[in-house]
Amino acid sequence: MAMTMTEKILAHAAGLPEVHPGQLIMADLDMVLGNDITSPVAIKEFPRFGKDKVFDRTKIALVPDHFTPNKDIKAAEQCACVRAFASKEGITNYFEVGRVGIEHALLPEQGLVTAGDTVIGADSHTCTYGALGAFSTGVGSTDMAAGMAIGKAWFKVPSTIRFRLSGKFRPHVSGKDLILTIIGMIGVDGALYRAMEFSGDGVHSLTMDDRFTVANMAIEAGAKNGIFPVDDLTLQYLKEHGAAEPKIFASDPDAEFEKTIDIDLSQIVPTVSYPHLPENTHSAKDGKDIRIDQVVIGSCTNGRLSDLEAAARILKGRKIAPGVRCIIIPATQRIWLEAMHEGLFDIFVEAGCVVSTPTCGPCLGGYMGILAEGERCVSTTNRNFVGRMGHVRSEIYLASPEVAAASAVMGYIADPEEVGYEG
Amino acid sequence: MKAEGRVFRYGDNVDTDVIIPARYLNTSDRKELASHCMEDLDSTFVKRVSAGDIIVAGRNFGCGSSREHAPIAIKESGVSCVIASTFARIFFRNSINIGLPILECPEASAEIAEGDKVSIDFSTGVIHDETTGKEYKAEPFPPFMQRLIEAGGLAEYIKENF
Repeated sequence: MAMTMTEKILAHAAGLPEVHPGQLIMADLDMVLGNDITSPVAIKEFPRFGKDKVFDRTKIALVPDHFTPNKDIKAAEQCACVRAFASKEGITNYFEVGRVGIEHALLPEQGLVTAGDTVIGADSHTCTYGALGAFSTGVGSTDMAAGMAIGKAWFKVPSTIRFRLSGKFRPHVSGKDLILTIIGMIGVDGALYRAMEFSGDGVHSLTMDDRFTVANMAIEAGAKNGIFPVDDLTLQYLKEHGAAEPKIFASDPDAEFEKTIDIDLSQIVPTVSYPHLPENTHSAKDGKDIRIDQVVIGSCTNGRLSDLEAAARILKGRKIAPGVRCIIIPATQRIWLEAMHEGLFDIFVEAGCVVSTPTCGPCLGGYMGILAEGERCVSTTNRNFVGRMGHVRSEIYLASPEVAAASAVMGYIADPEEVGYEG
Repeated sequence: MKAEGRVFRYGDNVDTDVIIPARYLNTSDRKELASHCMEDLDSTFVKRVSAGDIIVAGRNFGCGSSREHAPIAIKESGVSCVIASTFARIFFRNSINIGLPILECPEASAEIAEGDKVSIDFSTGVIHDETTGKEYKAEPFPPFMQRLIEAGGLAEYIKENF
């Protein structure tokens, strides 16, 4: 039977010759992930599964990234709970402050996921690793506990929506604009329970960071996973990051797709999602009337080195608009170091930005950039729900790092085209 | 198993950030989570809800974050069932895994009004709106999920089977 890439990986993980959409399976897991919000719940649940220890201490990643460095006493206690469990179980992939980064930037960077893997994470943006040709999906804490206990998870095999990409981006356009455009097209439940597979010649023109950003936001269309085919760029990335030997699965030419949507990358423009749903998309150039108070550049969606470089190209030699606060958050320690060596921090600080330690902090309204009533923020994060970054009457506008940086300079939502580069 | 209660009605795309805002995720204490349930969507919910009450919502209920704190907060607040046209997938599996009853039923989701008195028979999937007298039938769960629910959740199911 012809199968899609997602179906092939799930069949492999379930030890079955084939699977079909709708089938319920038990799959073996290559990695189980949790953070400082979701792991404590899983750790409390763990004894109920009746196992003395975790299934494989090398296949669990505990990444306290949301409220670290500890934002308050309760957060500190949650982190202490994760730290104690990691120590007791001898978890090899526990990351303490000083080594920790935002989980979905950190795991690929550390080579902890490879093509063909099956991964669950107690964080909805676990779908990010689909960029590496893995099946990877977000689950809750009980699933995480089960995964830690027996190394398996139950799945309903999803049907696949194929996005066939052609052409390449114009200047100032990135993976973020592509995924926001797609969500605007199909809606926040447009891929509910489905796999989103990105294919076609256009894929090869996307950088790995673009692919991470696109796969990362598959969940914002309701998808179970987002997935990219494995090409030379993927293999090079996996090799450079010391990942395990890739297991390459490709969709059969006659595989059945629920739907195919063709997208010409050259037609994508800088795009912004207005409050309060990621599907509420507009062209960045139409945002001149929207004055802003804050800009956040970072997160699991857009806190990678190329994101910071893109922001720096806009910010170089410029100043943040009066009355605007601009917060920049490199996603991992390695990215932080590379950005520093490249001189990006000079550009940011001279422009009037603040540069933070890696943390999810402001994206989910934790800390490090909470919004007051009536404030507006252009953010490179992934959700603009009511109250997500602070007060219930604050507003979030989702955008790419270039749009965010251009908006920080202008003080309103701006197309990077309008701002350009200063030499 | 049966449920009976008054209906709290909400719209489409109720996300987990409004069900339990992240500012309260520095704890996993169930009672504390329940005390902030639905806070950013309906600040009066916690004061008004009583044991057995039912949430009826539109499409894509529970979208967004994977936080299991969301179905935990709803269950702990006393809600006996959430009926929606569709559920976001992580919320769906979290609810099954922790034993919060949920039903997908577009017709019931469209017609049942705020404050209606509703009873549900989970063995048949029949939803009875006692205020209007109308009856609806929800899709039954596939056998695997029924076994999971009958075992009392994922932990018990795995303990018995693995």
